[in-house]
Amino acid sequence: MNKITDYKLKIPSKTDNLELIRNFVAGVARKVGFKEDDVSKIELAVDEACTNVIEHAYKNEKDKDIDLAVKIDFNKLTIVITDRGKSFDMKDIKMPEMEKYLAELRVGGLGIYLMKTLMDEVDYVVRPDGKNEVRMVKFFLDQS
Amino acid sequence: MNNFSLKRDDREPATVISLKGYLDAHTAPELEETIKSLLDEGKVKIVINLNELDYISSAGLGVFMGFIEEIRDKGGDIKLAEASDKVYRVFDLLGFPMLYEILSKEEEALKRFSEMS
Repeated sequence: MNKITDYKLKIPSKTDNLELIRNFVAGVARKVGFKEDDVSKIELAVDEACTNVIEHAYKNEKDKDIDLAVKIDFNKLTIVITDRGKSFDMKDIKMPEMEKYLAELRVGGLGIYLMKTLMDEVDYVVRPDGKNEVRMVKFFLDQS
Repeated sequence: MNNFSLKRDDREPATVISLKGYLDAHTAPELEETIKSLLDEGKVKIVINLNELDYISSAGLGVFMGFIEEIRDKGGDIKLAEASDKVYRVFDLLGFPMLYEILSKEEEALKRFSEMS
C-alpha cells in the first residue's frame, strides 16, 4: 500500500489570498500528474469552496484561519478545507435548477453547483470539535 | 497581490471593457464598479473582451448576472468576446451560452450592436 502524502496550507481568510490558494492547489495537482484540464477544475472548485468560507462562514472577517490539506493516495487527490466559522447545512442549500436559474437570471448558489460539477465527490460536515470541513475528491482516472 | 486589470474603451456603438488576469471574488468588485459607472452614464451597450483573461470564478460570472436584467430593460446588452477555451468552459458549465452572446472576435460583438440599433 502506498504511503499517503499530505500537503498543507494555513492561510488568513482574505479574498486577496485566493490566488495563493489556487496556486498551491494547482501546484500539487500538477506535481502528481493531473492534466491541465483537471488542474483547472480542481483549482476552480477550491476557489469556490474558500470563497464560500470567507464570505459565508467568516462573514468577510479577514484574520481567521482557513486550513487546506491536500492528500494524495494511489488513486485520488483529496482536498480538505477546514474553518471555524458559521456552519451551514448543505441539505439546506438547494442546487440551482438550471432551467429555472436561466429563466430568472438569478445570482447565487453557483459556487456549490460548480464544486459538485467539477469534482468527483463533495462532502460537507460539521466535526465534533465544531469545525466545518469540506472534503472534495478527484480521481486520477476519470471515472465517468 | 492583484493580478487583475481592466481597460475601458468608449467606442461606437458600444463600450468595450477588456479584462486581464484573474477575475475572482477579490477582483470582481472592480468590474462591478466599472459597469455601475457605465450604467450611471447611461451606457448600456457593453462588450467584454476576455482575450487576456486567464481565470474566472463564479464571483466574476455573478457580476454579469447581476446587471444583465437592468441593462436589457434599458435596451442594452452585455456581449462577450474572445474567451479562451479555459474561460469558455466555465461559462459553458453555468449555461452562459444560452444567456449571453459569446462571439469569437470583439469586432463581431460590436457589429452585433450596430445591427441592433
